[in-house]
Amino acid sequence: MSASRKLADAGRFLISGSGAVYLLLIAIFAVIAVNNASFFEPFTLMGFVKKAAPLLILAIGQYFVIVAGEFDLSVGSLVGAQVVLAALLIDGEGPRTWPVIALMLAGGALVGLVNGLITTLLKVPSIITTLGMMLVLFGAIRLLTGGAPTGALSPEFRIFGRHGIEGVPLFRQLPWALFIVIVVAVAAVYLMRSPFGRTLVAVGDNAKAAGFAGTRVWWVRTAAFVLSGLSATVAGILVGGYAGVTSQVGEGMEFVAITAVVLGGVVLGGGRGSVLAAIAGALAVESLFTLFTQLSIPSTIRPTAQGLIIIAAVAYASRERSRRHTPQLSMKPADPNRHSDVAVP
Amino acid sequence: MTAQATPTAKTPARPPTRQRRFGLGSIGTTGLVYLALLAIVVIGAILVAAQGKNLFSTGNIVDMLTRSSLLGFIAIGQTLVILSRSLDLSVGYVMATCSLIAAVVMNGSEANVPLGIGAALGAAAVVGLVNGLVITKLKVNAFIATLGTGLIIKGWLDTEFAGPAGKVATSFQQFGYTRIAMIPLSTVVMLALAVAGILYLRKTRAGHHVYAVGGDVDVARLSGIRTDRTIITAHILCAIAAGVAGLLIAARFGTGSALVYDYGLDLESIAAVVLGGTYLMGGRGGIAGTVAGVMILAVLDTVFNILEVNPFYKDVLRGAIIVVAVAIYARRQLSAKPSRVRFAGGVS
Amino acid sequence: MTEPLLEMTSIGKSFLGVGVLHDVDLTVHKGEVHALVGENGAGKSTLMKILAGVHRADAGQVALDGRPVSFAHPVEAQKAGVSTVFQEFNLLPERTVAENVWLGREPRRRGFVDSRKMAADTAALLGGLGVTDIGPNTRIRNLSVARQQVVEIVKAISHDARIIAMDEPTAALADREVGLLYDLVARLKERGVAILYVSHRLKEIFDLADRITVLKDGRLVDTVDTAATDPDELVKKMVGRPISAFFPDPLPNTGSGEVRLEVRGGGNTQLDGIDLTVRGGEILGLGGLQGSGRTELAHALFGVAPFTRGRIAVDGRDVRIRSPRKAVGAGLALVTEDRKTEGLALNQSVLANARLVLDSVLPGSSSRRAKRIPDILTALELSSQGTGQEVRYLSGGNQQKVVLAKWLATDPKVIVLDEPTRGIDVGAKQAVYGLMRRLAADGVAIVLISSELPELIGMADRICVLHDGRIAGELPGGSPEETVMALATGHTPAEAASQTPDGASKGAES
Repeated sequence: MSASRKLADAGRFLISGSGAVYLLLIAIFAVIAVNNASFFEPFTLMGFVKKAAPLLILAIGQYFVIVAGEFDLSVGSLVGAQVVLAALLIDGEGPRTWPVIALMLAGGALVGLVNGLITTLLKVPSIITTLGMMLVLFGAIRLLTGGAPTGALSPEFRIFGRHGIEGVPLFRQLPWALFIVIVVAVAAVYLMRSPFGRTLVAVGDNAKAAGFAGTRVWWVRTAAFVLSGLSATVAGILVGGYAGVTSQVGEGMEFVAITAVVLGGVVLGGGRGSVLAAIAGALAVESLFTLFTQLSIPSTIRPTAQGLIIIAAVAYASRERSRRHTPQLSMKPADPNRHSDVAVP
Repeated sequence: MTAQATPTAKTPARPPTRQRRFGLGSIGTTGLVYLALLAIVVIGAILVAAQGKNLFSTGNIVDMLTRSSLLGFIAIGQTLVILSRSLDLSVGYVMATCSLIAAVVMNGSEANVPLGIGAALGAAAVVGLVNGLVITKLKVNAFIATLGTGLIIKGWLDTEFAGPAGKVATSFQQFGYTRIAMIPLSTVVMLALAVAGILYLRKTRAGHHVYAVGGDVDVARLSGIRTDRTIITAHILCAIAAGVAGLLIAARFGTGSALVYDYGLDLESIAAVVLGGTYLMGGRGGIAGTVAGVMILAVLDTVFNILEVNPFYKDVLRGAIIVVAVAIYARRQLSAKPSRVRFAGGVS
Repeated sequence: MTEPLLEMTSIGKSFLGVGVLHDVDLTVHKGEVHALVGENGAGKSTLMKILAGVHRADAGQVALDGRPVSFAHPVEAQKAGVSTVFQEFNLLPERTVAENVWLGREPRRRGFVDSRKMAADTAALLGGLGVTDIGPNTRIRNLSVARQQVVEIVKAISHDARIIAMDEPTAALADREVGLLYDLVARLKERGVAILYVSHRLKEIFDLADRITVLKDGRLVDTVDTAATDPDELVKKMVGRPISAFFPDPLPNTGSGEVRLEVRGGGNTQLDGIDLTVRGGEILGLGGLQGSGRTELAHALFGVAPFTRGRIAVDGRDVRIRSPRKAVGAGLALVTEDRKTEGLALNQSVLANARLVLDSVLPGSSSRRAKRIPDILTALELSSQGTGQEVRYLSGGNQQKVVLAKWLATDPKVIVLDEPTRGIDVGAKQAVYGLMRRLAADGVAIVLISSELPELIGMADRICVLHDGRIAGELPGGSPEETVMALATGHTPAEAASQTPDGASKGAES
């Protein structure tokens, strides 16, 4: 393949529905660079990574669920509940850090398992299941905090969100958050390339066909919720470290995460989009917020931009899709006679 | 209608489609919701009585009804969009916007009351129109479309209105506080709106078409129904209902408030609608059930308040009730496809 | 006979360059029941959809009462008095009978829907047809299939239809429910309504129709008076399609091996008394009309809607197949009838689809086993832009090759092919036939379900014909089409008398 052809392919990919997020990301970074080149100084960039890390991880978790054709609205409240619970249990005592982290991971997996089983076995739409879970978790936060969080996170706990390897030339500090994001992202990419990942996408694309191919659809979807619960836990560890404990931690993060994933071209309803694009979507959202700060746009106007962008992105992607799909002349999607009549004898 | 071949007592282990009947199977879903409401009221009254208090005291009844009217307005509108297989996550923001517009336009003047109400509801209708157009013409998933418009409004509200703004006319405050016997005026208006909604769904062509579009968009289209128009109308009406909730907020507070969007009424209204037996995927259900769903949530709140139970258990119970209710409806739902049994079961 | 009510002349239609109808004429008179018959793919449904305004003809004219018409939407056709009852119901299960009948044109009084009039009008229509056991306010989902069919017909009449076209109206009905339809047709005829009746079932056609039009390969064969013909002659007119594909002979070293698949007394709600034996290297054909239980049998074997009675053995060992996953584990493969909804994840790549069974059932060894997939795809002569291409961009034939590759990668012992050549081009058909012969030579047991009679006869070693959920009889490979068709339509010509005369009597005692 010649270089020019490759370039043309790359161009086509970028304007296609699935490549648009990279284009957007590049554009935002370009504006940031023009505006304030110091953003790309290693130290500042690492600060950005620390700030963006929780959303990136949350978006990865949400990706698993969305690509399997479901929603997880409980992640924001899960992040909050995890942080509040960690503060309560650790209460500033360093040695308790690791056992509590283990407990948090188990709790996150359990929340995901419950979400998944209710959705798949009881056939409750996931938007309702996870909404119910969100109510329960917010209630738990209120119960645990009684308004103001009690206890404190240990310094050991906060390392992950705040600190890093100090004294690295050029960077001064390589944050642990960076490593965690990289590990989680690589694991997610690897997982999506594994048999499980392909099965997950196939379930989101066509659950019936996946079932005919021997997939346990209920289990695959449940696993996606478990992964989402686990990533919310990791995001909680990072947020707690970065921002500390308040009873508002995590509020609204589920919608930002869904925005990020959808911005990445991942289609609600499942079966389309890559985890890398979801990560890029999360990066785009965070860098957009950074850009707003730089432009001294009041932070209050951010939601407006977020809303406009998400609608525009999805409208663009759905227009691209319908343009590339020649509509079939059919009365109903499942017309059993449709094929027989167009058969070549 | 039981003429269909009835499977023998021992139905096959897993036929593709099976009719399942519970003991309560003979009553409709709406009836079931009202039964549940009755059960919750009775249990609540007993629990409250055990503490030597009376659930049906004037204060408590007013509390229950007041709680229900705000959510009621929004849930009635939400029912319309859910029935047409859509969703509206922007209702909380519409409500906040309308409270502000009404209060700012009235600005304390009695003469401006009609103008204030008109401006608020007009703005709501515009938001609903935009939602509907984005969903039908730009083909954006309703979840994303209404989340997006909600965020757009939120940004505007946060930027323009840091605190309360405007002042409603004194007479308008009556909407928030007047009581007719034990019943708050807002509840009366809410019930009137519910009746109007029920009439709309049962007695107008547009209402019938809402069910058709939500039930099977292909069948609707083949029957010559303009499906886009049906969905857009449902969104406009939903937004207007949310606007009425905004008016109620303004009347109660005496001023407009942006922060009311934080009440979480968008998701709660969806919960109330599905709790009321409306199918989240459209085409089945109705406003009567929604009103019961709203009342169930309000009674729970009041009972828990009287009992001074930790709000955590209230949230857990709410979440559990919603999930269990939807699970029960899912099991009750018979397969939409016509099924037939050619050979009666019986395992050899 | 009266003036013709409907005249369709020289109708031609093609889809994506493939001719489906060529120069077809059809004339229907007032009060006539006109049957339209032909094998699957003969063009009956397309002709009906042109009449109904779903498709537009590329050539020819349609005239109603001598005036040319052209319908762009079903609603236009209905307004002109042409109503169609399609095979898949167009009813809203959650709404009442009356609401469905009047959907889109609800009667109003002072601006509001007049529910009382709607119910009364519906009751009148029902009563006029002699139907007394359907209430206008009953929800559709509480009705049996036969009564839903009645509602469809009532809906058609409510448009003041002068012509009602019915596409396989009995396909979803059990035998005892067909009587209801007979009564209805008789009453409509009395009223002077013309009925265009598409069916495979010869008995119904001879019971009901005044005239019969036979289509074959999109061309008109003949229009005859029912009184002037008999089932044997009609079957001869329907079959005998030109051999459109060459069926390869079995490979030289194909031997009939050990029994690989055995079913005894299999049954569930759709099937009864199913006995099958398939040996390694053998191709068993399963024939039968649409709705006869062919696909249900495939689904029962594969655990989608399992047998609730009887037993299945693979390679002599009893297996309990409760799910597709168990079926894969037992060594079965199923190439489903509907590629797009059951066979493929259309937005995924060729490779991802071809790996899907390995990935979901055998994740541990999927990478090792998937190494063979490119070779399998090459052997099937898949034409695609590499294995990374999304399958929705492939032609039907190439999509089918991906489905086949998916199952070949699992090394099945028994492979069930449900309409494997439906909607694919000649070249791909050849590839499928060649593959079947190679698999047979390798000792795989093959069950071929097909509604293309030449294919069934040309490929199968033995043919089991299903009728109304039971095996109506078994024929040797190479049997004449007439014999197969006769068994399938429930019509028993003299030469097939040695077979079980009526499927219904068989298996009842098992």
